[in-house]
Amino acid sequence: MGKVFVHITAEHDTNGIITPTILHWEDGRKWEIEKVFDVRMAASLKAGGQGLRYTCRIAGKQVFLFCDEGKWFIER
Amino acid sequence: MRTILHVDLNNFYASVECLYRPEIRDKPVIVCGDAESRHGIVLAKNQIAKQAGIKTGDVIWEAKLKCPGLIQLSADFKKYLRFSQMARAIYTDYTDQIESFGIDECWLDVSDSVKLFGDGPVIADTIRQRFKSEIGLTASAGISFNKIFAKLGSDMKKPDATTIITEDNYRDKVWPLPVGELLYVGRSTRQKLNNRGIYTIGDLANRDVHRLRLLLGVWGETLWSFANGLDAAPVRLNGEESIVKSVGNSTTTVRDLISNTDVKLIIYVLAESVAARLRKHGLKCRTVAIHVRDKDLCSFDRQGKLSAPTFVSNDIAEKAMELFAANYRWDKPIRSLGVRGADLVTAAGHVQIDLFEGDNLEAETLERTIDSLRKRFGHYSVQRCAMLLDRQLTGFNPKDDHTIYPVSFFR
Repeated sequence: MGKVFVHITAEHDTNGIITPTILHWEDGRKWEIEKVFDVRMAASLKAGGQGLRYTCRIAGKQVFLFCDEGKWFIER
Repeated sequence: MRTILHVDLNNFYASVECLYRPEIRDKPVIVCGDAESRHGIVLAKNQIAKQAGIKTGDVIWEAKLKCPGLIQLSADFKKYLRFSQMARAIYTDYTDQIESFGIDECWLDVSDSVKLFGDGPVIADTIRQRFKSEIGLTASAGISFNKIFAKLGSDMKKPDATTIITEDNYRDKVWPLPVGELLYVGRSTRQKLNNRGIYTIGDLANRDVHRLRLLLGVWGETLWSFANGLDAAPVRLNGEESIVKSVGNSTTTVRDLISNTDVKLIIYVLAESVAARLRKHGLKCRTVAIHVRDKDLCSFDRQGKLSAPTFVSNDIAEKAMELFAANYRWDKPIRSLGVRGADLVTAAGHVQIDLFEGDNLEAETLERTIDSLRKRFGHYSVQRCAMLLDRQLTGFNPKDDHTIYPVSFFR
């Protein structure tokens, strides 16, 4: 289990709400973030960290994407 | 009947560090100050280190002896402040009466929210649950009808637990505790009470108030009312600024102080910071107090009145030196020093000019000029010549360097 910081493309709307759209993986592959189900503050015990947690669907799988003060990471 | 919660984040600094590093969670961890600048004591420890007998305030080597394989981390106050603010944000969902007591403890008065969110224990458990899921920390909560018992409650069961003290059960739950557990019963008060055969909070509560008053003065009455659950101090409103009662700075020096010259240098640095902060708030002080701690950690405080209110660093430093010279005999080297200006008045008022001494106007203008120079060119751009005697000793800026201000129950 670990923490992987990822490069994110995100949309900032006029209300200041940030929605991640594309996840850039370490090896250069890009994944579209198909849907965001839920956004809330949460701690990640697996990865070790805390932040705004986006529950997303990426490639048909549910993934927790965390934003910790502008730095995005996922649990692996 | 009020419903007051006291929430205490368990092993706060250590828990935050462990949250960020899953690999050390099941090992003994301590968070320490900077050993190089002699702040090398244990600030916090996790549960495993606690079980090994490590206490907050232990010196690092002492802690390492108690517990082999100890993991030592240095403190990251910025991170802790952020977590403290997030905890506060959760409290604000339940009440606007939130009073912090240090970085990791808060009192909440939820008397008026019980109809919305359920009674005290329900709110406490919800808050603890949210802490766990949202910020990954555990807390212990005490619920009672006054602040003192709420605080006692949160210390009873740790970690991650709720303790309820009601009007019906406080005699069973609180009274058997040793009297030293009570807020504001420190080492010397406890000693005085023990000498009179008062060992538990119950003993204190059942004593005659007048006798306690004879023994401890007004404090006797205050502590007696604490022990009997009569504390009526309100939980302050969120954001309600306390009125500043004193302005002080203290420091643990990079090496032990061994002479009057050393002390003088440090007092000048501290007095300058105190004076600058007084000016910033538009205040003057009429009393100067010093705090001295020797290398065996024995400490004392002394204070003295000034002839006129001042925010001039020279006046404060001279008074502080005078107090020091009159009260210290150099039995031991000194580890830390503090200077405080108290008895504050606003600086803008009219002043009674001394008939013989003339006024202090020139000195005041000089200090303001130094303020503006420092603001433009940095703190070290203008300094007293004496500071150059020992650069290592005086090379700190108490005004802007990181400080955590202790808060008092009686603000």
